[in-house]
Amino acid sequence: MNLAILADIHANLEALTACLAHAERQGAEGYAFLGDLVGYGADPEACLAIIQRHAAAGAILVRGNHDEAALAGLGLDMNPAAREAALWTRTRLSAAERDFLAGLPYTVERDGTLFVHASAERPQDWEYVSDERAARRCLAATSASLIFAGHVHHPLLFHSLREPGREGVAAFVPQTGSAVTLTPGRRWLALAGSVGQPRDGNPAAAYLLFDTARRLLTWQRVPYDWMSAAAKIRAAGLPEVLAQRLGEGW
Amino acid sequence: MTGASLADYRLLGPFRAGAMAELFELEDADGQRWLLKRPRLAFGNHPACYAGFETEQMVLARLTGPQVPRCPAQGEDEQGPWLVLERIPGTSLEELAAAAPLPSTEVARLGLLLADALHALHRQNVVHQDLTPAHVILRPEGQAALIDFGLARHGDLPDLAGAESTGPLGTPAVIAPEQVLGRRGDPRSDLYAAGAILYRLATGRYPFGTAASAWGLHRRRWFDPPPPRALNPACPPWLQEVILRCLAVRPERRYASAAQLAVDLAHPEQVVVGERGQRPRAGGLGLALRRWWAERQPEASQAVKPAGQLARAPQVLVAIDTQSHDEALAEALRLALRRLIALDPHWRVTCVGVLEPSLLTEQEESGELARGFHTAQLVALHHWARPLALPPERIRFHVLTGGDAAACIVDQARRDHADHILMGARGSSALRRFLGSVSSRVVAEAPCSVTVVRPLSGG
Repeated sequence: MNLAILADIHANLEALTACLAHAERQGAEGYAFLGDLVGYGADPEACLAIIQRHAAAGAILVRGNHDEAALAGLGLDMNPAAREAALWTRTRLSAAERDFLAGLPYTVERDGTLFVHASAERPQDWEYVSDERAARRCLAATSASLIFAGHVHHPLLFHSLREPGREGVAAFVPQTGSAVTLTPGRRWLALAGSVGQPRDGNPAAAYLLFDTARRLLTWQRVPYDWMSAAAKIRAAGLPEVLAQRLGEGW
Repeated sequence: MTGASLADYRLLGPFRAGAMAELFELEDADGQRWLLKRPRLAFGNHPACYAGFETEQMVLARLTGPQVPRCPAQGEDEQGPWLVLERIPGTSLEELAAAAPLPSTEVARLGLLLADALHALHRQNVVHQDLTPAHVILRPEGQAALIDFGLARHGDLPDLAGAESTGPLGTPAVIAPEQVLGRRGDPRSDLYAAGAILYRLATGRYPFGTAASAWGLHRRRWFDPPPPRALNPACPPWLQEVILRCLAVRPERRYASAAQLAVDLAHPEQVVVGERGQRPRAGGLGLALRRWWAERQPEASQAVKPAGQLARAPQVLVAIDTQSHDEALAEALRLALRRLIALDPHWRVTCVGVLEPSLLTEQEESGELARGFHTAQLVALHHWARPLALPPERIRFHVLTGGDAAACIVDQARRDHADHILMGARGSSALRRFLGSVSSRVVAEAPCSVTVVRPLSGG
């Protein structure tokens, strides 16, 4: 099966619809949404409506820190722009949408594959798995041979041998469109990159395609109308920085 | 590719047991023979064993063409991971090298097959990194196939083999100096190995022997091997030039691509022989000291990916209609060529003209006239190129003979691994209406990009 894995959508409707249309053209048959469905962007309701339709059709969903912040709490661990966006998002959500977000699990495990927003090690602590040490702790916290995560907003692939005593973790920056065979003797941790707010200097939306039968993993980049997404952020009165960064990908 | 099952094959028995992996023979439902490869996973095996097997799983899944073994299925069962590989029939270069020193024409023929296969591999963004004579098999159909990709490096995939090892990865007889220092991923490392193989075919021995000792490996970073002609006086200077160029210590002094090596091996008469080809003995201690010092200077060149290196070394074919006498078109072609090669430091150009055999046979049987036409064409090609003042080692001239000019040009482009064809439009002459456009057929049939050039018109 061709599984499309989308992380960190951040209420960016233009990016989400562009990625879903792209995935459909690539033959995606299943979907996984790795959290941070809302927060930062100006279209939480429209994005949630689309994601809920996929959830009803069997898509995998997990919760992100921005989804949690949109429900409750003071967001004291967030930067000021993120906190402001979270409080704004909270005012926009209906009771049904809040219930939907509140029902999202921290992790989902399916056929030896773990789906999580941040780290498999204490997922509720929202650690950034951005280096080999964090990746090693994340891999050590689960027996799953493959982990899909988001949160970092960079496409990255960590891997380590299964053999006891030789589990050193190495990192690899994947090339767009270049399929990586996930060999069976190794454990893999794939960061999908961000749909709605890429931060690797490339403003194009990022998502992952996984061919489960052939175990081929391919990172995709989809150019989308970030100007409309930025204009909506400005029109909503959200912090200017959230609009500005979309066109530059930081 | 992956996903197929071992149940589709019948196990015939063991084929060969190597240090890193075991091979078994399989038969499919159609009676075709295949090989099953399983890594040695037992405790105490070299750490690169398993990573090498994984590398093959990853890289072979991405490769296509007759230059590599097909890999129809891979997977994992209770005995561990496995790969089904094409069992390539044919003779390995190792078997042929037993009779070395071989005549130079035979060395050139085998080297050309190797260079063709290597270029096809590098074009797919993969460096072999362990190119030994035993890993080159000549198929009965005539092409060379490369096997054993356990140390290979794909420019777009994680380097699993490299990550598992801190020391040099490769075979002492053929390993390149930069590989000895742990640098992986440069396609010119394979050209060094190709040079070591040619050296062996031409002289009967390897340039630096086969010792795996530190001195055996590291000597090649500073010292030259004895020139092939010192070991086998029958080795012509052009072949020594080619071999020593492959064996240059610094990658940037070797051929920039396997295609450039292939072109030289296909046309020995056009190899520009310099001091290197005539050299009676290896450079001495002074040269070694200078290299030792140079190695300590900061790296001038960036690490390259195979595909990136090839992109900087385009092979351009210019097809020239020597009958046209259209000076404006000739100048427009020269300008187009200047623009095409301006950005890429390692370009090579081949200029071709096409001679119609009907001109030769109908008028006279004598070979003298044919030679006359041939010479006239060659002179015209040189005349076209003269204003460009290109360095002679970068440009080749060929007169092709054939009634079908488009087919001749396309065929030459294929043989030369051309990345780009440049040719003039014939304009709206009566001849064009009668014969049809050569350029449109070349555009349709070429294996690469084609630019059709027109002169700027006054109106």
